[in-house]
Amino acid sequence: MSSSEERLAAPVRNGSFGWALLASELAVLFRRRRTIAMLLALALIPILIAVAVRLSSSEVSAGQGPPFLDRITQNGLFVGITALVVAIPLFLPLTIGVAAGDTIAGEAGLGTLRYLLVAPAGRVRLLLVKFAGAAAFCLAATLTVAITGAVIGAILFPIGPVTLLSGDTISVVDSIGRSVLIALYVTVSLLGLSAIGLFISTLTSVPVGAMAATIVVAVTSQILDVLPQLEWLHPWLFSHYWLGFADILRQPILWDSFSDNALLQGGYMVVFGALAYGRFATKDILS
Amino acid sequence: MSDADWPGTAGADTAVADTGLAIETVGLTKRFGRQTVVNEVDLRVPRGAVYGFLGPNGSGKTTTIRMLLGLAGATSGRVRVLGEDMPSRLQQVLPRVGALVEGPAFYPFLSGAANLHRLDTADRFAFGRTRRTRVAEALDRVGLSHAATKKVHAYSLGMKQRLGLANALLMPRDLLVLDEPTNGLDPQGTREVRNLVRSLAAGGATVFVSSHLLAEIEQVCTHAAVMSAGSLVASGTLDELRRVGQAFVRLQTPDVDIARGVLLRLGLAPTAAGDPGHPLADDAGPADTYTVSAPLVDRRVTAEGIVASLVAANVRVRGFVVEEASLEDRFVALTGEGFDVVQ
Repeated sequence: MSSSEERLAAPVRNGSFGWALLASELAVLFRRRRTIAMLLALALIPILIAVAVRLSSSEVSAGQGPPFLDRITQNGLFVGITALVVAIPLFLPLTIGVAAGDTIAGEAGLGTLRYLLVAPAGRVRLLLVKFAGAAAFCLAATLTVAITGAVIGAILFPIGPVTLLSGDTISVVDSIGRSVLIALYVTVSLLGLSAIGLFISTLTSVPVGAMAATIVVAVTSQILDVLPQLEWLHPWLFSHYWLGFADILRQPILWDSFSDNALLQGGYMVVFGALAYGRFATKDILS
Repeated sequence: MSDADWPGTAGADTAVADTGLAIETVGLTKRFGRQTVVNEVDLRVPRGAVYGFLGPNGSGKTTTIRMLLGLAGATSGRVRVLGEDMPSRLQQVLPRVGALVEGPAFYPFLSGAANLHRLDTADRFAFGRTRRTRVAEALDRVGLSHAATKKVHAYSLGMKQRLGLANALLMPRDLLVLDEPTNGLDPQGTREVRNLVRSLAAGGATVFVSSHLLAEIEQVCTHAAVMSAGSLVASGTLDELRRVGQAFVRLQTPDVDIARGVLLRLGLAPTAAGDPGHPLADDAGPADTYTVSAPLVDRRVTAEGIVASLVAANVRVRGFVVEEASLEDRFVALTGEGFDVVQ
């Protein structure tokens, strides 16, 4: 017993937060076959777009198809951006719904939640780690689309200076920087949904239910966002700024939409983080 | 239950100013809606004890354990573990507690070693540098070294159970809470678990082990408590529990009537007069030998006293035995027999 007394003499030895749990969470998340399959499916989007445009003989004219599609043949760098635009309404929320809905409910479903808590992981710490894991998945998902798009675009199409929406032209290096900024914008856009998913995940021990509910919330928000009768509600919907990254393609960059979006997502994170805490901190773990 | 029930509690940890109890609950109650699952349970588990927590399935054992570990909140009542209030001191208490709760649970897509590694990172007191060694040692201790790199979905129930025990042993612990640790194990595995419990207790740890099978833990326990329908119906040292049960004297003799008279005079109540007793079917002795039995109500009457009186009255004593009630009988008497789960 002396060893355990020594152990208790030093209150916290390896960092006050215990980063090992976060590292373990990320390792478990990204080594999981399901996560890899979702990222591969996302990577297919830019590949399909690029191959389809390359193989089709007819010239795509401006205004046809998703935004930026007509620019792909002139500049391969637009493949990633086009793919993000295509993925934002459904594919990204779908995968984020799976990752965020699984956070707590997945552990509860396996029964590992009780073992994490008696370890003790600490309920607040576990929520923070789980949210960080979901956020890391958002980043991985958007970067997968953006990077695969850039690579396949560079392979199939010419690459050169990019003409921005404002008419200015920026260099290839600069345009890669803009692509990264857009990926970050989209990542931030998805954090609100991740927080909602985390909250829903604390309500159940059936992970599939939490995933489905999160995806339904994402779709519902987008439907409400196109109903003109609900215009007063639109600025409050977490999906309202999802496609609002066009300002990043201006010279100089307009940061308004970026900051509006970040503020809104931050609000959702605070509200649903608090709800998740309120629910999880005192919940009876009976699974 | 008064303190007098606990003579000489193992006060191993005198430096800590507490009651010397590893687990103490007062009026612990849990209700789900209108159903009372755990009702006013007062548990007192002395330090250093191997404490059997018995009861049929559905008697509230696991819910009690969930409350001890802070997984579920009590509706009312108080819990102290290792001298600290739970759940308010949970972060300080639980690193010293190893637990197996309601069966093992693991990530099926990870290997056994990776699972232990994962759960170990959850404990902020667990040293990252020694993690690999501790995982290997814990696996070795439960005999799973050969399957360390195998994915858990390929494990048998018995292997998962062992892995669950390994998880409880990742760190040196002052208290182990093992819920049905022998579930799914073969007789060999059950014996290994018993040996493990013994060695943990020998190392100074308190072991709180629940089971619905008395026989599985009777041999290792120093104390036991019996749950039935959410209430604690008995608790104490094994000897105390046995003593509460009814002992019987069994006498083999041809002189049934005289023997009855002697037993009656001593204040015992032998089998009803006129009953010729039961000839012993498998008796190798003379055919005229009968068995007379009587419950030993008054503990002051000793076996040798009875035999002396019988011999003095010229009863031909061909066999005499005092049968203590088995703990099994006591357990069945307290909890009922059969498959009916008491609601």
